[in-house]
Amino acid sequence: MTQPKLSVKTSTAIRRSPGDVAFNTLNYLFFGIFTLLCVFPFYYLFINTISDNQASSLGDVMFYPVGVHFNNYVEVLKIRGIGRAALLSVGRTVIGTSLMVLASAACGYLFTKEKMWMRKFWYRFIVVTMYFNAGIIPWYLTMNALHLTNNFLAYILPSIVSPYNIILVKTFVESVPASLEESAQLDGAGYGTILVHIIIPLIQPILATIAIFGAVSQWNAFTDTLFLMSDADYFTLQFLLYRYLNEAASLAALLKSDPRLMSTLDIAHMQTPESVRMTVSMVVVLPILFVYPFFQRYFVQGIMIGAVKG
Amino acid sequence: MTAKPAAIAVRKRAGLPDKYKLFLMALPFLLLVLVFSYGPLFGWSYAFFDYRPGIPLTSENFVGLKWFATLFSSPVQRAEVVRVMTNTIAMSLLNIACSVLPVAFAVFLNEVRVPWYKKSVQVLTTLPNFISWVLVYSFAYALFNTNNGFLNQLLIRLGLQDRPINFLADPDHIWLKMCLWNVWKTLGWSSIMYLAAISGIDQTLYEAAKIDGAGRFQIMWHITVPGILETYFVLLLLSIANFISNGMEQYFVFQNAMNRNRIEVLDLYVYNIGLGGGSFSYATAVSILKSIVSLTLLFVANNLSRLVRGNTIL
Repeated sequence: MTQPKLSVKTSTAIRRSPGDVAFNTLNYLFFGIFTLLCVFPFYYLFINTISDNQASSLGDVMFYPVGVHFNNYVEVLKIRGIGRAALLSVGRTVIGTSLMVLASAACGYLFTKEKMWMRKFWYRFIVVTMYFNAGIIPWYLTMNALHLTNNFLAYILPSIVSPYNIILVKTFVESVPASLEESAQLDGAGYGTILVHIIIPLIQPILATIAIFGAVSQWNAFTDTLFLMSDADYFTLQFLLYRYLNEAASLAALLKSDPRLMSTLDIAHMQTPESVRMTVSMVVVLPILFVYPFFQRYFVQGIMIGAVKG
Repeated sequence: MTAKPAAIAVRKRAGLPDKYKLFLMALPFLLLVLVFSYGPLFGWSYAFFDYRPGIPLTSENFVGLKWFATLFSSPVQRAEVVRVMTNTIAMSLLNIACSVLPVAFAVFLNEVRVPWYKKSVQVLTTLPNFISWVLVYSFAYALFNTNNGFLNQLLIRLGLQDRPINFLADPDHIWLKMCLWNVWKTLGWSSIMYLAAISGIDQTLYEAAKIDGAGRFQIMWHITVPGILETYFVLLLLSIANFISNGMEQYFVFQNAMNRNRIEVLDLYVYNIGLGGGSFSYATAVSILKSIVSLTLLFVANNLSRLVRGNTIL
């Protein structure tokens, strides 16, 4: 155990009594165990996707990989519809997030302009929508009337204006010194020019924060596909994964019917419903794992701003 | 509104006053809000008709308050309402009870003095917050299924159990299980806000307490905890406002034929009877009642906040 060693460091600050040592040990142990619980499911799925599929389906892969191969990741890309679903997921994340960030920047800036006609009313018109929700049936009927069922635009349009993000950006813009804007105005710059050339470069930290949160929620979105899309052409990766998890029979049939998946492979590398589920899960989670370390600092910033607004 | 095209044409020239120029720039966003946030409110009218997809609303299928009455019409229906509300309230109460966990998590993590250990715990426990509920269910399936799930294999191999337990279909303790998954997913993330509040506490308070000879627990209890109580209180009030809106995503992905009766919360019930079962009008009526109760709770929480803190949360 490394615990006693760790508490030596703290002993300079706080008197070290037996009670302190016991407390530290338990405290470090608790956080260690909880952290393991948070990480283990990711690890468990990963080792199963790179293991011998036969061993995996018998439950033999528990703590370390067995018979390592990467065939699952090659095979899973051959499943019908998965390439398209991945493209839709990436598309909605990139396009939806970009438009949401631009709209938040524009609105956040425009609503700081006291000159705007009925500014307070329009600002409240947007903000108040955070507090009510018509319910999913009226929402579905509206989307249906707008022909946004089985339509890619349904993933983009409703999320462009985000009241919460507009509040965050507006608060940030208000902290930008007014003198910067005034000198540009004297040079004859219009509102659009000022927004693009002065405001947006200055508020990049907050835009990065809302971009990350927006991208994660677009990537993870699942219920809008469930409500609005009946045509498999519009299924996203998250929705396909849900189908694979719940419709074991159709997944097994899919595997059997697809000759590309069943050709030439020995039993250790042959796709099983379990291997497909776990591999698709890893494909869905990998983008998040890759970007996660880089975006750390924005998380804390994002939630702190949220806490201040509270 | 007829002047609009002309106004847009003029916008390019310098002639238009700034106040309209600014408004026209915001107009596209206002229209999006109008369509996607206010538009669905008109759909509430469906609750007063016997709506069938494809048939327009006319005076012939106007039914008045029939669907609202249906909710309480028969003993079977009343039992259904009681069942759904029990699930909803039970899950909300459990989640509110668990809302002290992030506070405790932050207070105790603050006692971890080794920077790399503290940082690693924070980074790794936040990770589950960024995956979807579908993925959480995929984890749950991989770990707890009866064929080759991790836990069943472990129990059988250790000789603690001779046959697999169907953890996912078992309706027993489903409320607690849902609450635990929620804790697993959100504990690390929710604690970040409290850790931020702790880092904002005046350091001289700690120095003074040490000089006065306060012990470690006394410092935690009398300085750290009061420093984050304000943040906790605001979040607690917001959870009161959301008391009957616990969302459907988590419960939807975990629901199956065996556990449906115990897992069906209000939001999921509206989905199941509406889009799932095709009773659009009845589901809308339930949605309206839910919205009224939710708004009332929001005002109650807001007024409570004004009374206790002298500050509103809205």
